[in-house]
Amino acid sequence: MTTDIKLPELGENIEEADVLSVLVSEGDQVFKDDPIIEIETEKATIEVPSFLEGTVSRVAVSAGDTVEVGQVILTLDASEDGEPQASTREEESRPAEPAGRGVTTAEPPPEVTAPASSPPIAPPPHIPASEEGALPVFASPSTRTFAREIGVDVRQVRGSGPGGRISDEDVKLHSRTLAFAGPTAETVRPLPDFSEFGPIERIPMSRVRRTIAEHVGQAASTIPHVTLFESADVTEVEEMRSRNKSKSEAAGGKLTITAIVIKVVAGALEAFPMVNASLDAKRREIVLKRYFHVGVAADTDRGLVVPVIRDVDRKNIIDISVELTKLAAKARSGKLSLGELQGGNIAVTNLGGLGTGHFTPIINAPDVAILGVGRAELRPVYGESGLEPRLIAPLSLSFDHRVIDGADGARFLHWIVDALGKPQPLAFEG
Amino acid sequence: MSQAGEKLRIAVIGAGPGGYPAAFHAADLGMDVTLIDPEPNPGGVCLYRGCIPSKALLHAAGVIRESERAAELGIRFPPPEVDLEGLRGWKDKTVRQLTGGLGMLRDRRKVDYVQGWARFLDAHALEVTGPGGDEVRVEFDYAIVATGSRPATVPALDLDSPRVMDSTEALALNDVPTSLLVVGGGYIGLELGTVYAALGTSVTVVEMTSGLLPGVDRDLVDVLQRRLEGDLDRILLDTKVVDIAESGAGLRVELSPQSDESGGEYEKVLVSVGRRPNSENLGLESTDAEVSDQGFILTDSQRRTGEPSIFAIGDVAGEPMLAHKATGEARVAVDAIAGHPSAFDPSAVPAVVFTDPEIAWCGLTETEADKANVRVEVATYPWVASGRAATLSRRDGLTKLIVQPRTERILGMGIVGPGAGELIAEGVLAVEMGARVKDLELTIHPHPTLSESLMESAGVFFGVSPHYIARRRG
Repeated sequence: MTTDIKLPELGENIEEADVLSVLVSEGDQVFKDDPIIEIETEKATIEVPSFLEGTVSRVAVSAGDTVEVGQVILTLDASEDGEPQASTREEESRPAEPAGRGVTTAEPPPEVTAPASSPPIAPPPHIPASEEGALPVFASPSTRTFAREIGVDVRQVRGSGPGGRISDEDVKLHSRTLAFAGPTAETVRPLPDFSEFGPIERIPMSRVRRTIAEHVGQAASTIPHVTLFESADVTEVEEMRSRNKSKSEAAGGKLTITAIVIKVVAGALEAFPMVNASLDAKRREIVLKRYFHVGVAADTDRGLVVPVIRDVDRKNIIDISVELTKLAAKARSGKLSLGELQGGNIAVTNLGGLGTGHFTPIINAPDVAILGVGRAELRPVYGESGLEPRLIAPLSLSFDHRVIDGADGARFLHWIVDALGKPQPLAFEG
Repeated sequence: MSQAGEKLRIAVIGAGPGGYPAAFHAADLGMDVTLIDPEPNPGGVCLYRGCIPSKALLHAAGVIRESERAAELGIRFPPPEVDLEGLRGWKDKTVRQLTGGLGMLRDRRKVDYVQGWARFLDAHALEVTGPGGDEVRVEFDYAIVATGSRPATVPALDLDSPRVMDSTEALALNDVPTSLLVVGGGYIGLELGTVYAALGTSVTVVEMTSGLLPGVDRDLVDVLQRRLEGDLDRILLDTKVVDIAESGAGLRVELSPQSDESGGEYEKVLVSVGRRPNSENLGLESTDAEVSDQGFILTDSQRRTGEPSIFAIGDVAGEPMLAHKATGEARVAVDAIAGHPSAFDPSAVPAVVFTDPEIAWCGLTETEADKANVRVEVATYPWVASGRAATLSRRDGLTKLIVQPRTERILGMGIVGPGAGELIAEGVLAVEMGARVKDLELTIHPHPTLSESLMESAGVFFGVSPHYIARRRG
């Protein structure tokens, strides 16, 4: 029985990839999880594994081709015990890791190894039982020693050298990844058997869900978050929004408070360069960015995505509102490109539409801050002429205390509150 | 335990190629070392009764064989006259020089040497019984057991006769019997059988399994076997020794199946059916160290036993029972004691059979790959295409690479031919460094040498060996 092996979905919004090399040829026997082609996406170089076992009867791609998700890579004459498992197949393919983590792999996660203080073991068997166990580590003795010295299990390191050879640099990279990794399978406590308490259903995590889980899990466990709550008087902002909304509509957009907040945040970034930054912990440097891209959290059926509006400092609010409208539509239909999801310096997340007040947003690493906007409500405020009804929006700023101290965070948030309170200088046009 | 600032006290039991390097390395790291061994000088089986005397005798055998083969080259020698006393004297002198040298190195390092047999009293004390029956107590922070192994026997061969030899007695070279039955076609039996055959003994090898050197790749063994069939009287495979009995001037041996032409009478019998670890009579039961059913002391990757203060290395700690493995483990164990994160994790432990031709291999063998279901590609270069082999009049060797197909990484190497034991070192380095076939192919090798066969075998892998036209890879 022949089966077509197609390019699996590679993760959020990756629709095509370039073939770097084809790792099998016609007539080759492949086993489940054997890598068959190596591809490159904007995010990563990935080895695509076969999801079943069989003999390659046809190779449909060659190095240099651009392949779309779902396109046939090769045809397998499947062996009996390697029947395709269509229901699980999609979940077999793994998403690319979030950007900024370098080369990633489509191979299954390595096994957890015994701790150093393991009890005595039998003499090493002369003929190892499984292929993985049989093959020595693809690293020189000095590299293996180096890995031991810094506490890295070299069997878990992915080699970047020719054929996958592991270098000292690969060991360092792995060590760095470990240092930034959140709780892993090793540290997650076993779950109780919920079915003892009542009926349950188990559903697989979608790729987007898994990516979000990993991304926010890592951010939450590695970044020392501080969250400040403030309230901004957006009465005048709202008046200006009403006055200008027809201009936005004329240009195909919808003018929202979020568009105005994005513009204000970009101004705040210009005033506070330390917030427009990322931490390079390995080099013990802070990367200051001379551009002003602002991400916006968008709620979609598939989960959270954060498209980015670039060069906000050079755009007026109407332009921003139009771009934001387009990005939101693309996000909902799952059409955002990789480029539209990358390069943000700070994110704005607005839960006001759902009635939320203050909350504690998680930083979208490698950003160092995120601004949460809650539902604006009319409140009685003592002004110069006594109690006045003012429209008050709750703002929540989370920042990375490794880079930004509390007072600086407070100043940054105050700047935003003040700017929203006196919006006259804001450029809606021109 | 020693107090802060005091030297760590290390006791090393056994001064073979595991024990003496352990003692020397510990002394070099500033530890207070006691080395315990029954012999007056370090060396162990390897130097006194193993590697070194056997290689000395194999060299002598090689000289005899070379002189015979010289006729092919147009040089004729009269048959050699063997002065057995002279040969034995030279062999013993070689051993004395090396062990004496180790004794000097030991003294220079101020290693405390206690001659005798050690027994553990508990996890931090030993009792050593000297050759004169005197007893000494040795206390230690850490002990390293390196007591090695001894020739194994089987009940059918358990005859108390001076005509039944083990490898130690065979190496003593007391006489050259007219006929010798070697029981066991492993490397010890073949090496010693080769020696006696060259000295003029009619040698029969009997092996229980279907081939010589069980476990070694057949294509390598085949080359050796073809030559042995000329040098030895008979090679009996799939054959067991059922009984041995004294019979007049020799030994009557009953084989199963009985060989029609074997006659069953031999002047001497050499029993070489393997080696057993020396883990008994050490008092290990007074500690938490554990011993496997095969008699090996169980250890972790640092060679630490179940008793945290006791390590075990070398033959007594598991296969492969090879001197250089013991030396490697010595370093790992001492570094672990010194607090370094060491581990014994070689990618390739080389093995050499010093017959003529030699067989050497390292890393994964084709046989192991088959057994473990590891997919490999094998590239073989026959020495018939080697210029150097032709000038040596030895064109029967071959060099093979075991390669992981996907990465083209060299996982193992096997060589049969004169000098294979020296050539394999490059293979060990290739496997340890994770060399790919391309690396070996593009490394310039000196011409004309047998080492070119390694480069050429890499060429075979790619179908581009200049001197050998192999089928191109699909």
